[in-house]
Amino acid sequence: MADALTLTATTPCYGLLPKTIGTCVLTETDLGALTSVAPYKQGAAGALKDAHGMDFPAPNRTTGKQGARAIWFGRDMALLAGPAPDAALAEHAALTDQTDAWACVTLSGDDAAAVLARLVPVDLSLAKFKRGHTARTQLGHLNASITRTGVDSFLILAFRSMAATLVHDLVTAMESLAARR
Amino acid sequence: MRLPCPICGDRDRREFYYQGAAVALSRPAPDADAAAWEDYVHLRENQPGDLDELWSHDAGCGAWLVVTRNTVTHAVSGAKLASEATR
Ligand SMILES: [Zn+2]
Repeated sequence: MADALTLTATTPCYGLLPKTIGTCVLTETDLGALTSVAPYKQGAAGALKDAHGMDFPAPNRTTGKQGARAIWFGRDMALLAGPAPDAALAEHAALTDQTDAWACVTLSGDDAAAVLARLVPVDLSLAKFKRGHTARTQLGHLNASITRTGVDSFLILAFRSMAATLVHDLVTAMESLAARR
Repeated sequence: MRLPCPICGDRDRREFYYQGAAVALSRPAPDADAAAWEDYVHLRENQPGDLDELWSHDAGCGAWLVVTRNTVTHAVSGAKLASEATR
């Protein structure tokens, strides 16, 4: 029953995306629930495997698959993206709901890696940074999480408060690359 | 300039925050005498050459590192986790 007082949640990049520029498409991505998983001493890897069927990711790697991923997210930390965390995990790791804390976008297209090469101080070429590889690094001046999800697609997470800057930096790089084609 | 993070691999200098010489790793005991604390707080060798420094990989994994850097040539000869260096 909609009325003047009904509040509707908006996504971090609401009104900003999608954008198609040159060979690339930038879209907002709904990953589902986002939970940081910071293991205590032992047992977290087994609990994650039992509860969600995926290994605890090694540094710079992801496990799982689309819809239910574990993304390495820093020292002794993974981001569970997709399912709500199983209660059994809480025995073995500190769990923090970060669902509304991140702006999540996907950059795809032939020039996706070339666009990111303008912004990111890590070699994201396919030879070095394969599908399922991830990095905590910078995008422009933003701290970001970047994961290759396909031959020419990347999942990019930045702080929600920086969503407009994230989109602006990516769109500017997409435009300047397209202008030189 | 690249720093070899033991967790992330070689990374660009701009991902790191520089804290300075790694004196914090040799903090005196709480009951140490005044001379030991004066030495810790105020006195530095400041000799040119290899220096152990604290860097935070704050745009990467977040770990504090002890990086050995030559202050004359800027050559970086190694890095380890600060948590392991103190053990
Ligand atoms: Zn690191």
